Amino acid sequence: MAADSVEREILIRASTEIVWGVITQPEQISRWFSDEADVEGRAGADGTLTWRRGGRGGGGDKPDAIVPIRVVEAEPFRRFSFRWNHPQEAQPDDGNSALVEFILTEEAGGTRLRVLESGIDAVTHDQEGEAKYREDHEHGWEKHLGELLDYVASKPRGATP
Amino acid sequence: MTATALAEDDALWAAVADPTRRRVLDALLEQGEATTTTLARGLPVTRQAVAKHLAVLDRVGLVAGRRRGREVRYAVRPQRLDDAAEAMAQVAAQWDRRLARIKRLAESVQAEAGVDSQHRRRRTR
Repeated sequence: MAADSVEREILIRASTEIVWGVITQPEQISRWFSDEADVEGRAGADGTLTWRRGGRGGGGDKPDAIVPIRVVEAEPFRRFSFRWNHPQEAQPDDGNSALVEFILTEEAGGTRLRVLESGIDAVTHDQEGEAKYREDHEHGWEKHLGELLDYVASKPRGATP
Repeated sequence: MTATALAEDDALWAAVADPTRRRVLDALLEQGEATTTTLARGLPVTRQAVAKHLAVLDRVGLVAGRRRGREVRYAVRPQRLDDAAEAMAQVAAQWDRRLARIKRLAESVQAEAGVDSQHRRRRTR
């Protein structure tokens, strides 16, 4: 795993078709991700994710955050990926945005859903994007997750003075 | 988060990203406390190189040196590593929370749709 990427997964007792709907339909996205989602589940679609002040998405007392998103791949029931956190007016690419990939695999009992977020360093090169990204993500450590977590996790504990 | 905090995180990352410095940290964690000289004995780098790496690690707060007579004894500061681990765990937890919500939503849709033939629960006993 690259230093600036995060990978998590979960087993869901539902069909890949249903899981696909939850991760790609705007009215569902606003129930697990941002407070509002204006995005289409098709490749190339540009949209926005909005976190409202005081919203469920962890907005707290911070002002509304509107984050650009562009769908990269939408292969029904298998794969959904998007770039986000690029500067408002810019075309997203691997130099200015992070890539989030959802991978759905049919498994006995349901669907295994994996999520990978990578290229997080790219987002942080842009100053405005950096501030927003870190604010949105609550902590600047996201980009260090993979490598440092492996490192720290592999260390013996208990010797704390 | 302040600009200073960002710079500190970047510095910490840069400090740990170097493989030799990670070996220095490993060695220090094993030995508990060590001098530049004793560390250099176990590593394929010069004493001067170890001293430089220790200085970098010291600056970001990952190690601390204590002067004992003519030598400086270095030790890892676990708090800094723990802080880093804690912060990263929070970030991972954020995706976990999102995945958990996706799971809850999808499973409730599945339940409403009824148990389809593909995912019918096995009869127990």
